[in-house]
Amino acid sequence: MPSFPKPKIPDSIVPPPLRKPGKPGTGGTPKGQAPSDLKTAPPERQSHGDKLLERGKEAPIDALGWVDQRMAASGFLTGMLYRKVPKGTNWFYTLGSATLFAFIVQAVTGVFLAMFYTPSATQAYSSIAHINNDVPLGQFVHGMHKWGASVMVILIFLHMGRTFFFGAYKYPRELNWVIGVVLLILTMTMAFTGYLLPFDQRSFWASIVGININGTGPVVGPYLSDFLRAGPELGATTLARFYAIHMLLVPGALIALIGAHMYLVVKLGTTAPPWVSAERPKGASPLAQLDAGANGNGRVNGAPVSGEGSNGASA
Amino acid sequence: MQERAKPDPPGYFEGESMTRRRAFTVGAQALGGLAGAAIVLPAVGFAVAPIFHRGKERWEAVGPVSDFVEDTYRQVVFTETEGIGDAGKTTAYVRKSSEELGEESGKFVAVSNRCAHLGCPVRFVEAAGNFICPCHGGVYDFQGKRIGGPPVRPLDQFQTRVRKGQVELGPRYSVTNQLDPVRARDPGEFTGGIWEYLYPPRPSTFPAP
Repeated sequence: MPSFPKPKIPDSIVPPPLRKPGKPGTGGTPKGQAPSDLKTAPPERQSHGDKLLERGKEAPIDALGWVDQRMAASGFLTGMLYRKVPKGTNWFYTLGSATLFAFIVQAVTGVFLAMFYTPSATQAYSSIAHINNDVPLGQFVHGMHKWGASVMVILIFLHMGRTFFFGAYKYPRELNWVIGVVLLILTMTMAFTGYLLPFDQRSFWASIVGININGTGPVVGPYLSDFLRAGPELGATTLARFYAIHMLLVPGALIALIGAHMYLVVKLGTTAPPWVSAERPKGASPLAQLDAGANGNGRVNGAPVSGEGSNGASA
Repeated sequence: MQERAKPDPPGYFEGESMTRRRAFTVGAQALGGLAGAAIVLPAVGFAVAPIFHRGKERWEAVGPVSDFVEDTYRQVVFTETEGIGDAGKTTAYVRKSSEELGEESGKFVAVSNRCAHLGCPVRFVEAAGNFICPCHGGVYDFQGKRIGGPPVRPLDQFQTRVRKGQVELGPRYSVTNQLDPVRARDPGEFTGGIWEYLYPPRPSTFPAP
């Protein structure tokens, strides 16, 4: 098992209560004995300004320490931020973070669009026109939200493909795959409901086609269509309904599930790419390794995990 | 005197079926469930209620009887859904019924322009005598029966009647491949035979004439 030095956490970000005390004999003055240089050159008195400066430097750390004494979050945070990753981790592993970033862009731009948008059948189109034509940077923010939606859908599929082709959905990460699939469905729901909101000809007819495709499901399909439209025809209540789903229902579920998704990523650690083969201890015969492998031996999916265990969060 | 391993818990009596602690746990959870249901059930009911709600029957005059002939359609636009302006309007192609085609005389036929594939607007092409859908190439004959493309059934129709010399259009209904009226179905859903059960009629639609 190769072992790597633990990452050095800079003292400045570790709150005082959690800082390791210095080793005996490395600092300070032995008890009952004056420092040798004290005898020859007594230390200069610190000026008032120097003291203030010193306290000023300590202030942010003290504040952090004050919070951390009450939240006890630093252990979790350092464990999460300094967790081990397998050998071979590469750019493909950033697709999940990229999807998260796209979601954050959608959330932020969406909040600001909501400040100008009116979810009413008679005013929706003109409020979007107002955003695009009159509001400073309105077209830009609307464009970010509109194109960002496509970007998020593309990224989430690429992320899913990475997970599938790297075999990262296997034990013990099946639950995270399932959560990911639900996130994919919710993302598509967001894309579908958001498309109607400008309420122009394109979004109107695209939503009709989309709802009718829903309706072709046997037995429940027709009722699902009525539920989505809030009636037999696409109308004003359909817009209000799509707005509520797009603004309130799905975002809450998305945020909660993204939290669960990322918790499992941190808790279980990530997998090595399939082309990184398992490392054997020197001198061990392949057969002995087979026996040992049955006990886990600190490996996940047969890939070596650097550091002292597969569980990065335990650091 | 009988000896017990543990002293009786407070409130114990001979023949009790449930400990006091367990009774309180079950009771508290039941109350919590009740409170949850009191919030969730009305909210869900509120969201799904439109499935069971049928709007008011609406009739709209689209022109005098003399405007419509047997051998071609006249395009009319009328309001199907109120309250959303132009988006609530729909287009119908209206003609007099034709005895040549085996229809009851003296009636009016109003064919919806909603494609039975996925709901795009079809148009009547006079030269061909057919309805043609621009989206995915659905083609219907003069009576609205499907003759080509992906649609799964003939075009929907609207109920018609004559009041004060005006032709009036009413609720929408769907038809089977033999043009027998059935309750309105959404585009993409088959009609007739077993499909009447696989795509059940929705309570929000009006009974077929």
